[in-house]
Amino acid sequence: MKRTWRAALSAFGWRHEGAANAALLGLPAVWFLALYLAAIGALLVTAFWTVDDLSGNLIPGFSFSNFQQLLGDPIYRTIAVRTIFIAAAVTVTDAVLAWPFAYAMVRLAGPKLRAVLMALVLVPLWSSYLARVYAWRLILAHDGVLNWALNALGLPDMQIGYSNWAMWIVFSYLWLPFMILPLAAAVERIPPSLLEASADLGERGMATFRRVILPMALPGMVAGAIFTFSLTLGDFVTPMLVGGKGSDFIGNVVYANVGVTNNIPFAAAYAVLPLGVMAVFLLLARKLGAFDAL
Amino acid sequence: MILEQLAREPVEQNAAAGRQLIVSLEGVSKAYGGAVALARLDLTIYAGEFFTLLGPSGSGKTTTLRLIAGFERPDTGRIMLDGEDVAALPPFARAVNTVFQDYALFPHLTLVENVAYGLRARKVPKNEAHEQAQAALEKVRLGDFGARKPAQLSGGQRQRVALARAMVNQPRVLLLDEPLGALDLKLRHQMQTELKRLQHESGITFIYVTHDQDEALAMSDRIAVFSQGRIEQVGTPFDLYERPNSAFVADFVGSSNLIGPGHGILLRPEKILLLPPQAAPPEGYEAQPAQVREATYLGAVTRYQVVLADGGVLAVMEANTTPLGDRLRLTPGDKVLAAWPRSAATRLAPINNKGEVR
Repeated sequence: MKRTWRAALSAFGWRHEGAANAALLGLPAVWFLALYLAAIGALLVTAFWTVDDLSGNLIPGFSFSNFQQLLGDPIYRTIAVRTIFIAAAVTVTDAVLAWPFAYAMVRLAGPKLRAVLMALVLVPLWSSYLARVYAWRLILAHDGVLNWALNALGLPDMQIGYSNWAMWIVFSYLWLPFMILPLAAAVERIPPSLLEASADLGERGMATFRRVILPMALPGMVAGAIFTFSLTLGDFVTPMLVGGKGSDFIGNVVYANVGVTNNIPFAAAYAVLPLGVMAVFLLLARKLGAFDAL
Repeated sequence: MILEQLAREPVEQNAAAGRQLIVSLEGVSKAYGGAVALARLDLTIYAGEFFTLLGPSGSGKTTTLRLIAGFERPDTGRIMLDGEDVAALPPFARAVNTVFQDYALFPHLTLVENVAYGLRARKVPKNEAHEQAQAALEKVRLGDFGARKPAQLSGGQRQRVALARAMVNQPRVLLLDEPLGALDLKLRHQMQTELKRLQHESGITFIYVTHDQDEALAMSDRIAVFSQGRIEQVGTPFDLYERPNSAFVADFVGSSNLIGPGHGILLRPEKILLLPPQAAPPEGYEAQPAQVREATYLGAVTRYQVVLADGGVLAVMEANTTPLGDRLRLTPGDKVLAAWPRSAATRLAPINNKGEVR
């Protein structure tokens, strides 16, 4: 009997493709609409609310006062510029570091070396984010491993702990795998015969890279850049742990307004900025043709 | 004999023109890991030839082509191109171009950009390169398609773009790696004609890899038959078909009956006549009584298997030149007289690689 109703269900799905697709898409669609879009909607609405100064109660409404405050105070502009600038610097750094690694991993390495390199990329992702950031704190601190090693070599101290440099290094380290993986996948998809064809037609390695490999792997690089950029843009833990004083990110301001001052509408208004930045970033990526292959 | 002379004429014309050497491989070996791909290969190819490397897969024909292109480096030996040893030169420094089996068109570039790729590599200004590329596309009848991307083309069209992209550079030698392998039969025949035309018009030497013996016979001036990393025989299509030097060549180029003591005599199936059992064989024919075991109607021809009195089996191919009515001329069980001209039974002569009988 069991077989019969299962067969009947299969046959129904085969006859009504729309119903079968709806059954498959239903759960993820509900998840996406209810949790993701609804949350963003709530964020956008709350950004226009205010807080009663005395009672701390939320006042629903439609007021631009949060945005006026954000635009009026230069400290918020400085924080926004710092956040975006470091996210961009991390993205460029990771792209530069990821290219030779990804290319060597999928094109030059034999199967064994390839497995080792892949493990090097993946293993850090299995360990705690916090543990890794704390490790960097110990490395970069004034009396940390870096300066200890420099002194041992007879070189002077480097004062990069608790600075924008430290954040740049730690973010670049943290998100590098997210650049390497999509880039390696994109490079791997390029048929080797295209590289032979380029050499056959008279181009050397670097010209082949510029004319064939780079444009063909661009979607992978942009996918990686979306990760490195957006992950840096939204972070607040690394600035807290290795950035020290005066290196707040947008996330730190949001965190402070939610957890300390309890001004959720102001936090929401500031959180709209990274959303807008990512929207611009994605539009630029589309213009570059990064999504043509999707 | 007259036929033989006719077939040999092109070669002799080449000889009269001085037969300028363009590619020669001297003692070239190549192994991958422990597996020998080529064993001390010698090969000479003359300017303007349509030269085919024919053999089953894994016989070394593609390796030979890749060695000439520079995608592989030989373990031993010299690869002479136009009098210069190029064995140590990378592909981009060799005056040869390749038409790849999968076409290897750049998917992110338009057809004009694809064809202009090699010109741009040689620093030809962009406008001029695109003009030449456009002209090359017109030569392969794709002049209106210049702004399209390869994904928008059919297989046969991609094939022609790959040809234009290689030929626009006017290489000394054009290397073609099973370029028609992915096309259906009808298109393949069209492209064979087109390739011959392009070769004739350009005068470029073509080195052509295929495992398809019909294609090799139809297109080549000379053919090298490869087997297990060695060359079995080099010769004109006529030489290889009529005077193969080994059972391998006889069998790979066409189908064959090997008869006589030690199976050293070749008798092609289409040379055999099937006569009524009481008929007198024509002058100069050898004849044996036989019985039809199998008859397969193939349209233009009918293929038979007949069993001789001594138990030997002959494959016979008979052209369906006369109307047959509604049945086969012969059916299994029929008694016949199998007859063939004595001159058609060819001894498998040991012939050296220059096509001369030792």
